[in-house]
Amino acid sequence: MNIHAVRSIYMFEMSRTARTLMQSIVSPVLSTSLYFVVFGAAIGSRITQIEGIEYGAFIVPGLIMLTLLTQSVMNASFGIYFPRFTGTIYELLSAPISYIEIVLGYVGAAATKSIILGLIILATAGFFVPLRIAHPVWMMAFLLLTAITFSLLGFIIGIWADGFEKLQIIPLLLITPLTFLGGSFYSINVLPPFWQTVSLFNPVVYLVSGFRWSFYEVSDVHVGTSLAMTFVFLIACLGVVGWIFKTGYRLKN
Amino acid sequence: MSPIISISNLSKTYATGFHALKGINLDIARGEIFALLGPNGAGKTTLISTVCGIVNPSGGTVTVDGHDILTDFRKARELIGLVPQELTTDAFETVWATTSFSRGLFGKAANPAHIERVLKDLSLWDKKDNKIMTLSGGMKRRVLIAKALSHEPRILFLDEPTAGVDVQLRKDMWEVVRKLRASGVTIILTTHYIEEAEEMADRIGVINKGELIVVEEKKTLISKLGKKQLTLELQKKLDAVPQVIFADQLTLSADGMNLTYTYDTEAERTGITRLLNALSEADIRFRDLSTTQSSLEDIFVDLVRQPR
Repeated sequence: MNIHAVRSIYMFEMSRTARTLMQSIVSPVLSTSLYFVVFGAAIGSRITQIEGIEYGAFIVPGLIMLTLLTQSVMNASFGIYFPRFTGTIYELLSAPISYIEIVLGYVGAAATKSIILGLIILATAGFFVPLRIAHPVWMMAFLLLTAITFSLLGFIIGIWADGFEKLQIIPLLLITPLTFLGGSFYSINVLPPFWQTVSLFNPVVYLVSGFRWSFYEVSDVHVGTSLAMTFVFLIACLGVVGWIFKTGYRLKN
Repeated sequence: MSPIISISNLSKTYATGFHALKGINLDIARGEIFALLGPNGAGKTTLISTVCGIVNPSGGTVTVDGHDILTDFRKARELIGLVPQELTTDAFETVWATTSFSRGLFGKAANPAHIERVLKDLSLWDKKDNKIMTLSGGMKRRVLIAKALSHEPRILFLDEPTAGVDVQLRKDMWEVVRKLRASGVTIILTTHYIEEAEEMADRIGVINKGELIVVEEKKTLISKLGKKQLTLELQKKLDAVPQVIFADQLTLSADGMNLTYTYDTEAERTGITRLLNALSEADIRFRDLSTTQSSLEDIFVDLVRQPR
């Protein structure tokens, strides 16, 4: 294991975060605060409790998930796409490192950054609504697993993309709608039965549900199912990343 | 001594079906400076990229200090520093950060003293805290070299290192190369500037259309393939090549005032004395004479032009 290389990539990526601090941290925190103001305070005050939880508090796990998913995908995809774009990837490919180490560095940094963001948003939420975390350990576990899984997905997108448009398109056209429709702002139990069934094909439902369970012990699907599905996505992403490096897809010609 | 790089039957076919390398065999000796010459698209960069791990080979093997580049890639790559042809640098990082990053990437513990030495050697020390994007093209080239040297490689690949570089930087760069060579580093460079190869290299390989046409000691190459020409400046205009000895090796300039004799430097007897005697017997007198030896460039052009 080339520890120095993993650390170098990790620190390189983290310093990119530090350099773009405004963009990296302030803007997601700001937009999340806006969600609280709009959905929590303004509209939320007219909504009765959902499953015994005040609406403002109910949406906290979903909001954190929303940020976690989009940020993980964006950070990781940009992190690996940029060297490809500038050509500095040559150094990565010629260095004595295995693909596992490359992934550890890039995905580790992207996941770290989105977890930090998630925790900042959690703290921010504390200013707006009363928070209760029933299972902090499970909450951290879901946070960690989701951040890693979607950073892997971002890594895949960053390798697949051959332009900045494609880099933007997945978070914009896939992650955001899936998160909004994945029960971030409501319980899927309020949907008509048909749409409940449709929702079960949305992977984000399982992530949000499990994450919300760790807060309030209420969930749309069983927490075990959530955990299992999270692992399924994780393994699927690992499989694709493994294939990419085995074949050299879009990395080596 | 065993070669530091051993390339055997290496071939590369791109997905487009383009045969970039066709069964290359080449050994690079420890501590030598090897120049790879060839026209654009000949396969120089593909060859370098394959050895460095950027391009997957289609066939054949490469070992670096005995380590296979595929099965034992860590040990092989640790030894290699690569300066790519394109100015591919980060933009927002500082010179210091990017150079230190490279060292870590190649598995070496941080060593600020070494990085400082490298940056000073390349006259980058006063720019160490500058963001790379604020540097000129020549400075970026220096940064790429600094990155390649950051992990103390035993082999340095320089892909067209002096393309688009000013005279001062070229001088500095060759000074660095000389220092490295003195410390035992093996250097493989590709270049379009033949005078560079002529000045720096110990051995020269000419690659064309994915095949190594010739690999030779520089001196041997020049003398083996080199032709020498004796030019006689005549006192009186000649209308035709005089029918003396070696007439088939003589050419007359358009104005009829210069007679040129082309001869092989390898030949035991160059025939100059006999020619001069014959000319004097034919009452052809000359004012001056000069000899020229074909440069590597002439040889190179001859080689790649030859239909194979």
